[in-house]
Amino acid sequence: MSDLVQIEQLRKEFGGLTAVDDVDFTIPQGTIVSLIGPNGAGKTTFFNMLTGVYKPTSGMIVLKDEDVTGKPPHAITERGVGRTFQNIRLFQTMTALENVLVGMHTQLKGGIVPSILRTPRVKREEVQARTRARELLEFSGLGDVDEEEYARNLSYGDQRRLEVARALAINPQLLLLDEPTAGMNPQETLEFTGFVAKLRAEHDLTILLIEHDMRVVMGISDRVTVFDYGEKIAEGTPTEVQKDERVIEAYLGSGAASAA
Amino acid sequence: MAVRRRTGFLDPVREWIDELEGRILPETAGPVARLTFRRAVTAAIVFLITFVVLAPIFNYATSEPGLWRGAAFFTWLVFVVLYVPPWERIPTIGPYIRPAMAFGLAFTYPFYVSNMFDIPIFGAWPDVSTGVYMLVFIMMAIGLNIVVGYAGLLDLGYVAFYAIGSYTVAWFASSQFAGVNVHFWDTGVGATVPGIHISIWLLLALAGVVTALVGILIGLPTLRLRGDYLAIVTLGFGEILPQIARNGDDLFGTGFNLTNGPNGIVPIDSPGFGSFNYLTGSGTFFTSERLFFWTAILLVLFTIFCSLRLLDSRLGRAWVAIREDETAASAMGVPLMRTKTWAYAAGAFFGGIAGAYYASFKSATFPGDFFFNISVFILCMVILGGMGNIWGVILGAAFLSYLDREGLANTGAWLNQHLSLNIEVPKYEFGIFGVILVLTMLFRPEGLIPNTRRKAEFEVGVHDQPLYDVTHE
Repeated sequence: MSDLVQIEQLRKEFGGLTAVDDVDFTIPQGTIVSLIGPNGAGKTTFFNMLTGVYKPTSGMIVLKDEDVTGKPPHAITERGVGRTFQNIRLFQTMTALENVLVGMHTQLKGGIVPSILRTPRVKREEVQARTRARELLEFSGLGDVDEEEYARNLSYGDQRRLEVARALAINPQLLLLDEPTAGMNPQETLEFTGFVAKLRAEHDLTILLIEHDMRVVMGISDRVTVFDYGEKIAEGTPTEVQKDERVIEAYLGSGAASAA
Repeated sequence: MAVRRRTGFLDPVREWIDELEGRILPETAGPVARLTFRRAVTAAIVFLITFVVLAPIFNYATSEPGLWRGAAFFTWLVFVVLYVPPWERIPTIGPYIRPAMAFGLAFTYPFYVSNMFDIPIFGAWPDVSTGVYMLVFIMMAIGLNIVVGYAGLLDLGYVAFYAIGSYTVAWFASSQFAGVNVHFWDTGVGATVPGIHISIWLLLALAGVVTALVGILIGLPTLRLRGDYLAIVTLGFGEILPQIARNGDDLFGTGFNLTNGPNGIVPIDSPGFGSFNYLTGSGTFFTSERLFFWTAILLVLFTIFCSLRLLDSRLGRAWVAIREDETAASAMGVPLMRTKTWAYAAGAFFGGIAGAYYASFKSATFPGDFFFNISVFILCMVILGGMGNIWGVILGAAFLSYLDREGLANTGAWLNQHLSLNIEVPKYEFGIFGVILVLTMLFRPEGLIPNTRRKAEFEVGVHDQPLYDVTHE
């Protein structure tokens, strides 16, 4: 199994604070990798470097054998990386359908003049894009929602689903989900876990997941990586990680490991 | 979308119409019938206010009874025809009917303007040359709306594009460069007249392209900035260009006269076809004013068409996405710099054409035409009308440019006459615009005809959230 993403010695400093401290990381093709760790461990900073929102202080990010370190977000998205946000960041006053269409930006060609003239090519492209966007809405469980509804009027769960649909519109190879089940009730969380498994199967995806809900993490991950204070403290299969003393210490405090 | 009723001074009227609807219409009446009924009642109220309340107060009945009543009544009938029938419910062509009728009215305006009544306080309807002025500003406002309304980039130097368009035409259709003698499809200019004289039609296109290119050049370094910083840089840009125009009569001390300095470039050629020239017109039907007016309407139609098509395209969606949330947009693969630069270029393109056309209409261009206040003036039009909504922007631009040209002078005259004052109202123009803007922000922050999207933002308040792990929630 080849690695989709290879990260070497990745580091991010904010002033005197080292948020991510020389982390090595690989994501094998076709796996679901979870990133866990206490609040402030540097998970989201890591995510933001991977998607180009932050420039790393040092280190290297290699995506499909190409060095993408320091590239802007849209360039990384173009290379097949889709993401969702921890606190939902939909385009609030665009419709559900338009949100998904924005996700297709890199795949559409329509330039400024052809768009004004609405050439047959642009027309065809737009019709196809809308058809595909509707399929994605359907796939993400938004089949019953009015596609002309503004994103901000959707329910919380539907907004989460729309974010995933929008990320899928990128046609990603790697999907980054930042705490997708935050704020969901146990039933919704269960549904979502099933949905992620279905995603990987049907869209041939590699998924990197930041998650706090351990049932989700242990249930669907192939590998789990644990961050604490910007450092990677453990890595392995879910069962391996659960037994790791440093992990237990990070979550429960020192002494807990020996007590257990 | 959840409908939230505005609360305002019209609410009692609305409630009264609700009650009337309940009493008169049968339970079985469909939504179309209800809509038509409500609008008919509104039209009736407008009739009562105009002819029963206002007419006696303003005493028009005694000055020119027949004319005023007749023209005003016909105007009211036109309003009824436009407003009352539920045109928009007609499938396919429905949405186009009202705009088509409105533009029909605009096209025929020169024929009936002389028979129009005096509006209370505002006086006579604007004449046709004021109409040209209004149309030019409508075009510029639509252009600025692409930048400010669609993409959400605050541009305080839009006047620079207007200036570039004007000077492009001035250079290539005047005797400014008297050393050379170039004639190309020009009309109404003697073959021996020195200088460069190229067809205005070509120059309009050229002005658009040149201005768009300058827009891109300016945009590339500045559009990296966010919000206020961008506004400041564009402000500086809008100040620099007129200064270049002012001091460009001795470029870099070489004696090369580029802009003719404060004296401006006069005269500039007029558009035309063959022997048919816009400056002189042809007969009593094709007068110069009318030709300029009709052409300006065509240009505005062209601008509206492009603007609407762009909004409903890949690029337009990307613009709105950037306005809503830059970070999320770039995470969806929207290249921020390139997309913003396109917005800038598109806005500049229409500003350039409008400037070029206006210079040709005035037959002159002066550095003094391009002060900062024009940038603010156009921005006011966009804000007053309703950012993002093209019809609102047109309304705002028409109203403010009318006030600038005729409206303020007329209202001033009316005030002075009736209150025995002696105030030069047009002097306080920008103070008055400021008051209008403040009132708009207080009572209708989303503008006269709001964009449905914008309106939603104003109601709930959408903010471009900072990155979450910086604020640490």
